[in-house]
Amino acid sequence: MGNKFRSIETKHYAERDAFFDDLKKLDRRAFLRVAGISAGIAAGMGLRTPHSFQLVNVAEAQGTKPRFSFAYISDTHLYEKKLNDRFVRAILKAVDDVNGLDPQPDFVLFGGDLAQLGKPGELKLGAEILKSVKAPVRMMVGEHDWFLDMGELWTDLFGPPNYSFDHKGVHFVVLNSILEKDFWTERGLSPEERMQIVAGLDNGIQSRFEVGAPQREWLRQDLAKVNKATPIIVFSHSPLYKYYRPWNFWTDDADEVQALFKPFQTVTVIHGHTHQLLSNRIGNMSFHGMLSTAWPWPYAPEGLPKLTVQMNRADPFSQFDGCGDGRMDVLESGMVDKLYNLWERNPISVRASYLASGGKQDVPPRTKLPSY
Amino acid sequence: MTFRMKLLVGTGAVLSFAGGVALATGPVSPPARGTPAPEVKKHELPVSKDGNLVVGLCDGETSMEVKGVKAGESLTRAQAQHVSGALMEEWLRKNPNAHWDAVPLVAQAPAPGSTTPRTQQPRTPPPSSKGTVREGGVTPESGGAQVKQQLAVPIQDGHTYGAFSDRDEAIWAASTEQFVDEGHRVFHDAKAIGGTVGISCDMCHPDASNTHPETYPKYQVQLGRVALLRDMINWCIENPVRGRPLADGDPRMRAMEAYIYAKRKGVKLEYGKK
Repeated sequence: MGNKFRSIETKHYAERDAFFDDLKKLDRRAFLRVAGISAGIAAGMGLRTPHSFQLVNVAEAQGTKPRFSFAYISDTHLYEKKLNDRFVRAILKAVDDVNGLDPQPDFVLFGGDLAQLGKPGELKLGAEILKSVKAPVRMMVGEHDWFLDMGELWTDLFGPPNYSFDHKGVHFVVLNSILEKDFWTERGLSPEERMQIVAGLDNGIQSRFEVGAPQREWLRQDLAKVNKATPIIVFSHSPLYKYYRPWNFWTDDADEVQALFKPFQTVTVIHGHTHQLLSNRIGNMSFHGMLSTAWPWPYAPEGLPKLTVQMNRADPFSQFDGCGDGRMDVLESGMVDKLYNLWERNPISVRASYLASGGKQDVPPRTKLPSY
Repeated sequence: MTFRMKLLVGTGAVLSFAGGVALATGPVSPPARGTPAPEVKKHELPVSKDGNLVVGLCDGETSMEVKGVKAGESLTRAQAQHVSGALMEEWLRKNPNAHWDAVPLVAQAPAPGSTTPRTQQPRTPPPSSKGTVREGGVTPESGGAQVKQQLAVPIQDGHTYGAFSDRDEAIWAASTEQFVDEGHRVFHDAKAIGGTVGISCDMCHPDASNTHPETYPKYQVQLGRVALLRDMINWCIENPVRGRPLADGDPRMRAMEAYIYAKRKGVKLEYGKK
């Protein structure tokens, strides 16, 4: 462009980045000295640095440098554009977010529920929008994509719903955890009726989600080849544990699936479906819920994992509040620091150390507006 | 008074007089107005070639031949039921838009054996509720023994207001549940609330969660005024749902309020809560 003009903001960020880069080069002792002095000076001048500028952010970059990062977009629930463009606006915003990440993530996980009612127009619209993501996209299926044609079109567009891959020393497993036992044949339901029932969270006609025996067998064989010290990251649309059965925040065979992961040292499950800040730890397994771009869900009346720090309740008057996307920093240990990029709010990090310490260290900021 | 006004008043007076006359004479002697009463058409039943019995429907048009039964013979109960069913089906085919059950919402227990549409799910009961009323009419467990026990205990009676039985209470409870069920239906149906973008209430509020009716009335900061639950229902209908707001007396609004309150049974009423 040849434009030599730099705005005040650009200069500010350039200086800021240079400052933090220098800080990273300090050893821990020197860093703490600098942090202490600068905090002291700031306090002496009566200044409070803005959150994003606080030196604490750098402290954790010292010992636990991520080996790589990936971003996610999840639960976009697209209708066809001519019926409803609200959710289309939201997924475009998320695509802009991940394309704007610098450095770019190694890949982008799509967390399931691309469509609202599994219709060809919805799935194809989603596929088209996701083509504009710069980083490679890893797809996961959700129940809203599946129950109209039992995954036929989704599989055509994106490939098999369960697969595994290795990336920079981490073994990734993608599951189709939204399968349900047949509740439709006996009732004589049409595919549309079946889809509509599964799309309703509080519709108790449907069966509960499960991975199912054939896929568990596939998983067992897949994991047999993996060294027990290799970090495992699992992508599953439904939480791979039992949170709240009436809303299908639930996987019926979660215990059996967890048993398959038990021999491994470090296992992290990233799941969609729940549209809220959600963290859990069971034995060697950490669980992270993803945000939706479409709408946030209230916390269930019971069963919330102890380690979850709830998000402030959403402002119904703002389309984007309580929604968003996010980024996972995979640490050297194989555990994951999770960044919730909440639109219209400050981002919230849930660190690996928070879950690993049973909630004692690095506690995320507590909620100011709790659920009713 | 201008001439025009006089003319108007005069016309009004004549019209009201004429109306009065019409009212006074109308029901008594319609034929006097020159239009003869329409003759009741006799339903001419076709004659069966085989001499079978022919049955006519009371619509004056539809009829049906009963194979295997000669004219003058009587039908068995099963045959009669079959014939009436077939005639009714034929009538419904001719009148596809007829609504037999457009009964307004009144306090009435659902008929035994009646079912909700097959895609609709019975509501999840609120945690504090003891379940709904059992169907199937009076049984030995309906409270006869309890009534007998109470006979020995002196209880204030002779009071009209309190003179109702367990059965009455059961019917009232069932009627209330029916009202609430209607709210459940509307809450889960984007079309029923007049939505234009496929969004229904339950998508963000499963089991009516996060509707917190117990906090209203309260100052709704985003609206800049004090709001009731129904104001927020209408806000949602107008905004995310993209429909038209419902009138206060709209049966759908009443039913939705019923459903939302029912889901919060047992929660402390705390109006004005932030």
